[in-house]
Amino acid sequence: MIKMPDVCQTGFHPASTPDYIPVARMRELQLRRLRAVVARAYEHVALFRRRLEERSLGPECIRSLDDIRRLPFTVKSDLRDTYPFGLFASPMQEVVRLHASSGTTGKPIVVAYTKQDVDVWTSVMVRTLAACTLHEGDIIQNAYGYGLFTGGLGAHYGAEGLGATVVPISGGNTERQIMIMKDFGVTAICCTPSYFIHLLDRAGDLGVDIRSLPLRVGVFGAEPWTESMRRHIESAAGIKAYDIYGLSEIIGPGVASECYCQTGLHVFEDHFYPEIIDPDSGETLPDGAEGELVLSTLSKHAMPMIRYRTRDITAIETEPCPCGRTIRRIRRIGRRSDDMFIVRGINVFPSQIESALLAVEGTMPHYQIILTRQKGLDEIEVQIEVTPEVFSDKIGALEDLNRRLVKALDQTLGLRVNVRMVGPRSIARSEGKARRVIDRRDVSD
Amino acid sequence: MKIHQLSLFLENKPGQMIGPCRLLARENINIRTLTLADTQQFGILRLIVSDWKRAAGLLTEAGFVVNVAEVVAVEVPDRPGGLSAILEALENCVNIEYMYAFPFASADRAVLIFRFDKPDDAITCLQAAGINVLSDVQVYDRIEK
Repeated sequence: MIKMPDVCQTGFHPASTPDYIPVARMRELQLRRLRAVVARAYEHVALFRRRLEERSLGPECIRSLDDIRRLPFTVKSDLRDTYPFGLFASPMQEVVRLHASSGTTGKPIVVAYTKQDVDVWTSVMVRTLAACTLHEGDIIQNAYGYGLFTGGLGAHYGAEGLGATVVPISGGNTERQIMIMKDFGVTAICCTPSYFIHLLDRAGDLGVDIRSLPLRVGVFGAEPWTESMRRHIESAAGIKAYDIYGLSEIIGPGVASECYCQTGLHVFEDHFYPEIIDPDSGETLPDGAEGELVLSTLSKHAMPMIRYRTRDITAIETEPCPCGRTIRRIRRIGRRSDDMFIVRGINVFPSQIESALLAVEGTMPHYQIILTRQKGLDEIEVQIEVTPEVFSDKIGALEDLNRRLVKALDQTLGLRVNVRMVGPRSIARSEGKARRVIDRRDVSD
Repeated sequence: MKIHQLSLFLENKPGQMIGPCRLLARENINIRTLTLADTQQFGILRLIVSDWKRAAGLLTEAGFVVNVAEVVAVEVPDRPGGLSAILEALENCVNIEYMYAFPFASADRAVLIFRFDKPDDAITCLQAAGINVLSDVQVYDRIEK
């Protein structure tokens, strides 16, 4: 017997039924699907088959869900090394969509969807938006970029599947976004949290009070953000701000979403099987322990991902959620495992620095972290490009900004950081993303 | 009566000022007057130019971070006590954020550029005290001569 929740309070949609199925039944479903997806990947993906054979394993090695630990990990460079189509498990005749995400080293990574994959994607995005309390009758302004990026089309299909009204405005042109939000009576917006903060600032300049508009929900994802940003957004815009999670390698947005309780993100685990591992040893950690999130797709046809290392650090919450969903939650993701560095014995993640910068400036400036060693002591300097939004003709205003940045970084990291404002475009961009950390510490002394 | 001042962020290292100056020269935009404020880390180049809108557009396009601020220009007799008369008019009215001054080449007058926290209130106070607040055109005119 599945207990159905009250529609209005929890944002229930018929597609959300799997969110509430009893745990034991969910585990049976996951095992059945895991066996099928491992068999499919073994049969069609050469890299996966070779890795299993090297371990003298076959697809029949999965007898219980715990047997997933015997399977090899998949990492981002696997997608790059097999660029563009090397991990596809379906012939191109069955692939109806390709997406690509920006890579840090030139070539993007390519992901594929069959018709059935697109339907699953739509259903998990319907469940995401329903969990964010959206429903038929809502007017959703989708300000995620449309194109190769999965954010735009993922949210679009989800909003249509929900039966809401979609405004496919895509990203950019903030003044038009504000005009349409106002004139169309938009009730929800999908975009990155930093873009929404920028939109709020612009609205202030134009004399538009977002709090007076019908807008009531923001569905925010695609970058790390903090609780303090959430509080700022919710009070400045008079909305509820929800965190959603996803990645192109797995499906795009729609892997996990907060519900109205805002206490962790429910993983749609009938399609995406979550594990937490120790990023160094690769050992699986128990629920509740913090580690790297590893995801396996349980139903994907065109591109099954087995034990994909997301590099995102989180934990699986053990307490049941008051919303009544039985699917497990992951803690809000604040940092990634592959970019950590150590200063004076303290672990520092660029994402921590980013959230401090975001909290102070409202938008994300271009920045770089320089590590040096002076008289045996590690020094950390954060160079921040001055943006028109924060630049003032008054020295006092800039010095005050510098002080606030130093204070926010100190509070976030527990480290005294030097902040240096630098000119626009003075930090070198590599192809795509910038190199965030320059380590000039000479370890020989 | 307010006039427009452009401010540019410059890093505190050699060769930073030449870029914007060269650009304005090439575009035939005259710098009427300027002041450079410096700190240990960075400098702010404040400019009054002949065509501020075009200059701001060109500099932004060229990748500079440009701030446009409204400042107040006041004409004073170039003799002892000229400035203090103005400061007395402002004493109980507004706060001065910063200011700079320059004399005319061929007159016994000087122009003071003020950045106020409340420029409109300042203009009211100044005019009530009979002090000549200059418009954009007048400033360019006065400096040119």
